[in-house]
Amino acid sequence: MLGLTIDQLLFLVRGAGWTLVLSLLGFVGGTILGLPVALARSSKLRALRMVASAYVQLIQGIPLPVIMFVVYFGLSIGGFEVPALVAAGLAMTAYSSAYLGEIWKGCIQSVPKTQWEAAECLALTGTQRFVHVILPQALKIAVPPTVGFLVQIVKNTSYSVVIGFFDLTYSAKVLNNSTYKPFLVFSIAAALYFVICYPLSLLAGRFERKLKRV
Amino acid sequence: MGYEFDFSFLSEYAPDLWRGVWLTLWMTVVSIVPGFVIGTLCAIGRIYGSTPVRRVATVYVEAIRNTPLVIQVFWLFFGLAVLGARLDAFTAAIIALSINVGAYTAEIMRAGFESIPRGQREAASCLALSGPQRVLYVELPQAVERVYPALVSQFILMMLATSIMSQISAEELTGVAYQIQSFTFRGFEAYLVTAVIYLALVTTLRLTLHGVALAAFPRRRRLGTPL
Repeated sequence: MLGLTIDQLLFLVRGAGWTLVLSLLGFVGGTILGLPVALARSSKLRALRMVASAYVQLIQGIPLPVIMFVVYFGLSIGGFEVPALVAAGLAMTAYSSAYLGEIWKGCIQSVPKTQWEAAECLALTGTQRFVHVILPQALKIAVPPTVGFLVQIVKNTSYSVVIGFFDLTYSAKVLNNSTYKPFLVFSIAAALYFVICYPLSLLAGRFERKLKRV
Repeated sequence: MGYEFDFSFLSEYAPDLWRGVWLTLWMTVVSIVPGFVIGTLCAIGRIYGSTPVRRVATVYVEAIRNTPLVIQVFWLFFGLAVLGARLDAFTAAIIALSINVGAYTAEIMRAGFESIPRGQREAASCLALSGPQRVLYVELPQAVERVYPALVSQFILMMLATSIMSQISAEELTGVAYQIQSFTFRGFEAYLVTAVIYLALVTTLRLTLHGVALAAFPRRRRLGTPL
């Protein structure tokens, strides 16, 4: 089929599966680490804000492939022999936590100040104010940009090719080396990425329009 | 941990690192200009173009924005080689980056054009400006001014993305780091140094583009609007 055997096509699809696994790791890790970043960025304590801000600036100022390499070599000199998936997962976690933290900080801050004041008038404690009043409103605003960022995560897992993680991009590279049909192989790979990313893009757009109408 | 850090490779490889830095910067600057032109034309096409033009522009933007840059570069570099048009790595990198950043710029510029109040268009018509004159002299400057911060972020992301071009053997900064790593086996140190250099480059580029904005948008400077 298409000048490739079924096995070769399945090889690409399996690569796409690993891309999804890595994306999921990146998103889950990014959420776990990104939430504290967002909270620290909108904290009242200046020191906390500065630390979080420095972290975000640091991660956003280094290319993801370089982060991958640093994690990969850093783990190995630390004496950990880990599969490339772990290194790539950690790098994706660092990367997405910085961006998600920044996105969510914006969402928290876009909740009008009067909401904080109203909650205070109702004698809610600081934590209660945040959890019961601010967070539900911020979450609603956060959905479209977060879904939009998922597209970035999926696409950027392709950078794990530099440390040899067997994702879709790496599989396509290997398959091209053995079949030497670059247009075909990379077109199929691009199509697979598109099939994953485009629905997410559409969904993000739909959520955004829905939010605007409310 | 028992690991001894060794940065002694720095003196020996400093010239190579410099060359990598220059190539990274050069790649960025050379790709920004065509990328911006492509993006702006696309944005104009998507707003004012006929249905086929709109459709082509939309397909281009969505296809590029929903596939990774690495795949686009491989497609171009290895694909054209098979067709017999052998591009050198640098040219392929620039073409891929321009096409890639063009799609993102198109979305940003579209938002810019759409944010211009209708009164501006009507005023331009009253002054008997033709359609292209209106877009070029009235809408474009205002659109760029409005979305400039977003453009800056996008161009900085693009500079970071040049780091993948070592995959097609363009010896930019990350490529140089890879070479150092393979000669000295000091991968961690090499990439730490590279990371620091990238941070410096990002800061430099941001400040430069900020300076450009100060010179280019005097009105905004007078109003004191943050850039």
